[in-house]
Amino acid sequence: MADRVMMKGNEAIAEGAIRAGCHYFFGYPITPQNEVPEYMAKRLPEIGGTFIQAESEVSAINMVYGAAGAGARAMTSSSSPGVSLKMEGISYIAGAELPCVIVNVSRGGPGLGGLAPSQSDYFQATKGGGHGDYRLIVLAPASVQEIIDLMYEGFVTADKYRNPVMILADGILGQMMEPVTLSEVKDLQIPPKPWATTGMINGKPQSIINSLGLAYEDLEKINIRLQKKYQEIAAHEIRFQEEETADAELIIVAYGTSARVAKTAMIKAKAQGKKVGLFRPISLWPFPSQRIQELAQAGKRFLVVEMSAGQMVEDVKLAVNGKTTVDFYGKLNGTIPSVIDVNNAIIKCFASQGVA
Amino acid sequence: MILESIFAGFGGQGVMLMGQLLAYSGMYEGKNTTYVPSYGPEMRGGTANCSVVVSDELIGSPVISEPSIVVAMNRPSMEKFEAIIKPGGVLFYNSSLIDVKPKRTDIKVVAIAANEIATELGNSRVANMVVIGAILKSTGIVNIETVMKVLQEKVLTGKKKDLVGVNRAAIEKGMSLV
Repeated sequence: MADRVMMKGNEAIAEGAIRAGCHYFFGYPITPQNEVPEYMAKRLPEIGGTFIQAESEVSAINMVYGAAGAGARAMTSSSSPGVSLKMEGISYIAGAELPCVIVNVSRGGPGLGGLAPSQSDYFQATKGGGHGDYRLIVLAPASVQEIIDLMYEGFVTADKYRNPVMILADGILGQMMEPVTLSEVKDLQIPPKPWATTGMINGKPQSIINSLGLAYEDLEKINIRLQKKYQEIAAHEIRFQEEETADAELIIVAYGTSARVAKTAMIKAKAQGKKVGLFRPISLWPFPSQRIQELAQAGKRFLVVEMSAGQMVEDVKLAVNGKTTVDFYGKLNGTIPSVIDVNNAIIKCFASQGVA
Repeated sequence: MILESIFAGFGGQGVMLMGQLLAYSGMYEGKNTTYVPSYGPEMRGGTANCSVVVSDELIGSPVISEPSIVVAMNRPSMEKFEAIIKPGGVLFYNSSLIDVKPKRTDIKVVAIAANEIATELGNSRVANMVVIGAILKSTGIVNIETVMKVLQEKVLTGKKKDLVGVNRAAIEKGMSLV
């Protein structure tokens, strides 16, 4: 087994990307993700890669567009207000069907907001943010090790579907340190990219990359193709983790840092005799609706915990579709739900259902 | 075994280093560990804190609401964190700088005149290591030799090598206090 090393979440984002074959990083500084560009600025030149601190987030995302168009594994990272600035570029990249990874180490909003961790960018990440009928594949790690693993999976999945992938973390995940195992990456799984704009050398036909469909019927065709692709992604790229759900009466649904807090709250509640389980979506889009639906049909009730006013809870409610109850506990920007808070919410759920 | 700890003080007292030292030592001993620093405006306001969990099991929340130990290196830190210590937990406080007594009676309280002891040892900057020593003895969470190994490999490198002796002396002194 490879040695364990201590790593900060933001460093893991950068190291995980490099290990996944990403040698091109474009970004603009913002707390709480500054260790990502810092690490990239040091490491990329050492391995022949390119780090550019762009003049703005808008510029950085369009540099990613260019590098991805040339067939390179490229990424950018930012935090909430910075990610908002990137939205035009993200829509263009999705429209042009280019693979890349965008990281959001989110903080509180709206507007300039604060620096504290938050999960209030769920809507933006999973339901658009930019214009048009497009989808990002959104992956939400809950540990530093999982950040390393999902950076690799993110680049592989982006290439597989020619689609941008977003890694949605939060300030705690970016700032915390945990031991990680850096196993050797044996296969980067980079597919041939005949569509890349690499020049018409040796008779290679012209490649054109854009997101333009001026004629009505052309744009319809593009959108039909995109939707077909999204259906395929939804069929194959669902990721989640379940703990103790089999005999649970109440299942907590949470992702990222909230899921870590929820896990400890679950252990505490079990010690109090409550039958509680944990369902942690890892892919926020595609959302694991079907599995939640199955659990609802089996009579399980749900408690959604988020660091927001309630965003993912809407997807849980859609999946449950009135079959059982869905309660919500949220902390607004700047505060993290404590184990005690979540445990109290669990107890309240049981009490309101008339179950001791 | 699980230890949930919060280290707090003002900038320059080495509270982040104390937390990192414990986290790295836990890792060196094959345990699971998490370290969460305060960041952002708190850092810029003069006080700093970090949360460290060391456990034989997989760690759920890295954010601690009921710490089993709290280290308060200055008065604002004690005022902020004394109230949330788990009953039966331990408060280590720097009596060199904190001139009030803790109020809780359901926790164990360890007063350490960290600054005076460090000065007596010949280096005022090892005050944090005196407290680390007290934690090691009181909790048994990691071995002193592991802590020394982390210090030598991660902190006291290059020109700082000469400081290994005084750091060890500070930790041993802290251990003798509890």
